[in-house]
Amino acid sequence: MKTFEPVIVAFCCHYCAYTAADMAGSMRRCYPSNIRIIRVPCSGKVDAIHMMKAFQKGADGVYVAGCLEGDCHFKNGNTQAARRVAYVKRLLDEIGIGGERLEMITMSAGMGERFASTASDFTEKIRRLGPNPIKGLKKAEAV
Amino acid sequence: MITAEQKPIQEIMEYVRPYSRILLVGCNECVTVCAAGGRKEVGLLSSALQMAFMQEGKVLDVKEMTLERQCDPEYVEELAGSINQVEAVLSMACGCGVQEVARRFKEKPVYPALNTKFMGASERQGVWAERCQGCGDCVLGLTGGICPIARCSKRLLNGPCGGSSHGKCEINPDVDCAWQLIWDRLKALGLEKRYEDIAPAKDWRASRDGGPRRIIREDLAS
Repeated sequence: MKTFEPVIVAFCCHYCAYTAADMAGSMRRCYPSNIRIIRVPCSGKVDAIHMMKAFQKGADGVYVAGCLEGDCHFKNGNTQAARRVAYVKRLLDEIGIGGERLEMITMSAGMGERFASTASDFTEKIRRLGPNPIKGLKKAEAV
Repeated sequence: MITAEQKPIQEIMEYVRPYSRILLVGCNECVTVCAAGGRKEVGLLSSALQMAFMQEGKVLDVKEMTLERQCDPEYVEELAGSINQVEAVLSMACGCGVQEVARRFKEKPVYPALNTKFMGASERQGVWAERCQGCGDCVLGLTGGICPIARCSKRLLNGPCGGSSHGKCEINPDVDCAWQLIWDRLKALGLEKRYEDIAPAKDWRASRDGGPRRIIREDLAS
């Protein structure tokens, strides 16, 4: 049987997680190719609709990676992102997609190792959960 | 502003279930400010509904529109070009907007996606509180700018009652006693004497007791 390879969208803050991903590369630390990184100027820039659209377009898992608590370049973008993630998790539970497919993660720019291990752990978690329930069904997009 | 909250998604789904093409209409006014029915919320609800129905094997076609105001016929008219392409309308406006759309497009079923709550103000980001009940006969000029109708749980005009304790209302320790606020404010303004004035029984005919209300401005009405 073919192994399920999840598609994971990672919204990564330019000031921490994105640089940590770079660091992971410099460290020659492997992480799964399932992760599709989207660089954002701050995790607080990621709106609920971005997370929802990622799932609607077929992502099996999504995470928002921002700075450590108290370290946001824009003061509190990461805490706003965490609250938004919690809101969308509830919404995903209500509509049957499952809130556990979405997570908020924090790290610093120097944590290349953490970036890679988080990417691996999240990929494994989503692999266990299986595909996004709407995957493979006829796509409907808002007009 | 008029405040509102989104209905539970399951209730909205039951309204929409019989249809495959709907128009989801937001409003750029009050419900945008209270983050219940603006363009953003329209996008989120559209996405949520489509994903929820896809799991039931149904493709829901959602046309999204957000009007400048849903309570004015001039703006509601903008839906005319799209209304025939859909089977039903789901409105994310307050009850006024829902009714205005229903009045204009009599042949289309119109459903509310929000529960309209109250006329209120922002206390801080993400928190709104009731400030006015539209009683039709404003007493704020007598009460230091704090409304005893909207903010006193008993709507007392000569308060406070015996349930006021340490500045809080007996119904909930998080609720300020409106009459304590009024007294503090009058004192700060040096208008304590006004507190002694006895307010006569209020004429509630100016409120809902007089039935549905209407304002006619002769200089403007056509």
